[in-house]
Amino acid sequence: MNAKAYALYLKDFRSEIRTRYAVNSLAMFVIVATSVILFSIGNETITQSLTAGLFWVVIFFSAMSGLSRAFVSEEERGTSLTLQLIAAPSTIFSGKLLFNIVLVFCMNIVITLLYSALFDGFVIKNLALFIAAFFFGNAGLAIASTIIAAIISKAGAKGTLYPVLSFPILLPLILTSVQLTLMSFEGASFIEAKFELAIIICYDVIMLTASYLLFDFVWKD
Amino acid sequence: MAWKIFLFLLLAFVSVAGIAFPIVPVPTKWYEFPFIPGLKENAKIIFFHVPTAWLSVVAFFMSTIYSFKYLRKKNLDDDAKSYAAAQLGIIFCILATITGAVWAKFAWGSFWSWDPRQTSIFALLLIYGAWFALRSSIESEEKRATLSSVYAIIAFLTVPFFVFIMPRIMKGLHPGSADDTNSGPVIDFKMNANMELIFFLSLIGFTILYFWMWNIGYKSIIYRDKINKQYRG
Repeated sequence: MNAKAYALYLKDFRSEIRTRYAVNSLAMFVIVATSVILFSIGNETITQSLTAGLFWVVIFFSAMSGLSRAFVSEEERGTSLTLQLIAAPSTIFSGKLLFNIVLVFCMNIVITLLYSALFDGFVIKNLALFIAAFFFGNAGLAIASTIIAAIISKAGAKGTLYPVLSFPILLPLILTSVQLTLMSFEGASFIEAKFELAIIICYDVIMLTASYLLFDFVWKD
Repeated sequence: MAWKIFLFLLLAFVSVAGIAFPIVPVPTKWYEFPFIPGLKENAKIIFFHVPTAWLSVVAFFMSTIYSFKYLRKKNLDDDAKSYAAAQLGIIFCILATITGAVWAKFAWGSFWSWDPRQTSIFALLLIYGAWFALRSSIESEEKRATLSSVYAIIAFLTVPFFVFIMPRIMKGLHPGSADDTNSGPVIDFKMNANMELIFFLSLIGFTILYFWMWNIGYKSIIYRDKINKQYRG
C-alpha cells in the first residue's frame, strides 16, 4: 500500500515537473498577494500581530489557489476511474496527501523567506517554536485542504467553492497558527505556548483520522 | 392538537413574561426579576438569545447525526431530515447572531467586537452557508447527499474547537471566557427562582417548537421529492 501511494505521489510529482502548472500559479499568486499587501502598507510601520496575521492570509489564499489541483486534475483528465481500479481509496488519499504536503511546505518556505526579507516586523525570536508551529500548521492545512479538494472534485470542479468550503474548516487552525507565530515573534517559551501547540496537534490528528474514514464515501461513485 | 395549544400558551406566556415583568432591586412578588449588576434591563434578552443559540447548535448536531445515518444506510429520507434540520439551524443561527449583537451593543458598547463567542457563531454561520452552497452546486441526489454528509461531519469536528477550547483560552467578554471572574454562565448564580423558571420554560418551549418545525420540514421535503419523481417518470 505504501509503495503504491509513493508511486502515485511520484506520478503527480513528475507530471508537475513537466507542466509546472501548480508551481507556476502558486509562485505568481504568492508574489501578487505579497506585493498587494506591501503596496497597501506603503511607508507605514505595522505591528507584529498584524504581520503574523498577514503571513497567514497569504498562506491561506495561496493554498486555496493551488491545492485543489490534486483531485480536480484527475477528474478533468478522466483518469479517476482508472485510479479507482488500481488502488484502494486510502492509498490514493495517502499519495495525494503526500503531494499536497510537499507542495505546501515548499510554498510556505518561500513565503517565510519573502516575509523575513520584506517585513520589518517579521523577526523570529524563538525559532524552535516557529518551526513547530510552521510544521503542524502546514500539515493541518494540507490534510484539511486535501479532503475538501476531493469533495470539490466530485462536486463538478467548482473552483469558487473551494475557499468557501475550506475557510470554516481551517479557521481554528489559522487562528491558533496566527497566535503561535505571534508568540514566536515575542520570544515566548514552549511552556507558555503549550495550549496552542496542543490544539494544533489535536486538530491535525482529528482531521487526518476523519479524512481517512470519510474519503471512501467521497471517492466511490 | 392539545399539545399545540399548550405550546402556543407556553410561548405566549414566555414572551409576555420575558418582556413585561419588571426588574426591581429586591424582588418580593412572584413576577419580579432581580437586578443583576452589569446586565440591568438588558438581562431580559436572555429569554430569547440563549434558546436561539442553543437551537442553532442542536440543529447542527442533528444534521450531523442524520448525515452519519445517511452514510451508513444510504437512505435519502435521512438526507431530507439532515437538510430540514440545517434549514432551521441557519434561521436560529441568524437570530442568535442578531440578538447577541443587539445585547453586545448595550452591554459591551459595540455590535461586534470579535469576542471568541462571536467568532464561533460567525464560524457556524459560515459552515451553514458553505454547506448550502455545496448542496446547491450538485445535481445528482445521491451524490449531493453523500458529499454534503461528508462535509457536515468534517465541519462538525471543528465545533469543539470553537465552542469549548477557543473561548476558554482567549480573553473575551462573554460569560465563560478565560478571564471571566464570575466563573460561569449567568444562570448559575444571579438569577432568582422565577427568572430561572421562565428561562427554562422558554428553552423548553423553543425546543418543542423547533422539533415541530423540523418534523413538518423534513416531511415536506420527502413528499416534494416523491412528487417530483412521479412527475418525471
